Amino acid sequence: MALKASALKVGDTHSERVVDNLSRTQIVQYAGTSGDYNPLHTDEVYTTQVAGYPSVFAHGMLTMGLTGKMLTNYVGDGRLTKFGVRFTNQVWPGDTLDATATVAAIREEGGVKLVDLTLSTVNQDGKEVMTGNATARAD
Amino acid sequence: MAKITFPVEASHIMMFARSIGDTNPVYHDAEAAKKTEAGGIIAPPSFAQSVAQFNPDYFLRPKPGQPWFGSGKTASGVEGKASSSGGLHAEQHFEFHRHIGPGDVLSVETKPGASWEKESKRAGKLMFRESITEYRDQNGNLVITARSVGVTTERPVSQG
Repeated sequence: MALKASALKVGDTHSERVVDNLSRTQIVQYAGTSGDYNPLHTDEVYTTQVAGYPSVFAHGMLTMGLTGKMLTNYVGDGRLTKFGVRFTNQVWPGDTLDATATVAAIREEGGVKLVDLTLSTVNQDGKEVMTGNATARAD
Repeated sequence: MAKITFPVEASHIMMFARSIGDTNPVYHDAEAAKKTEAGGIIAPPSFAQSVAQFNPDYFLRPKPGQPWFGSGKTASGVEGKASSSGGLHAEQHFEFHRHIGPGDVLSVETKPGASWEKESKRAGKLMFRESITEYRDQNGNLVITARSVGVTTERPVSQG
């Protein structure tokens, strides 16, 4: 389902819980599909003893993928024209993430209705782990 | 970097969607996807980054016969490596000109962008490096433009 520009107003939000109690196995799964086998994400021994982190942590791109799920559920399949993010805090095994899109603008460009969204993904402590922006075609 | 050929395949898209916990049929069910606006299976938006699978030299994939910096008999297979956190991903931006799907064969080229430095309380000196990646389809049309920013930190990012 695509967004209907006439039914939207600036400030409207859509939120989804995109992962509950993130498992190390899901991080491994993401390493396998993305091809990013950085041991920081999958190798507890290396990450704690050599890299100096308290545990392995998720790929930023996994957080982007999880947030993208909320986004495509909201704007519809194949509707995104832009999706950009900044990773602001690490995501750890056990984290629960909530992703929110907020309507920032509704505009028209060359006869195409576009919706600009700001994005925020927070963990169970309310700490923002990712911020971003997206643009989608609307009806 | 040389151009990488990235064949977009249905099974790869299905597995990628699973790894981000996305059960949307448009990513795995050809029949259901036909009935959607997309008209067939498409890839989730951040899938393009999986081009790493097709880069023969990708440094974050272990290769036969070569030392790997992750743990084995010892905590790191590459001794004497500084205990720096190495590179982290700071930003990722995609611009979609068309959404890709199974059957697309993309030609992917990455070029370095800007680089800059910043001082941070949590990780010391930060060195940022930008790269721009263009994904072109089998007809030579630009389908995705990606901008990535990586950061190398002086020390591991302190928590809290």
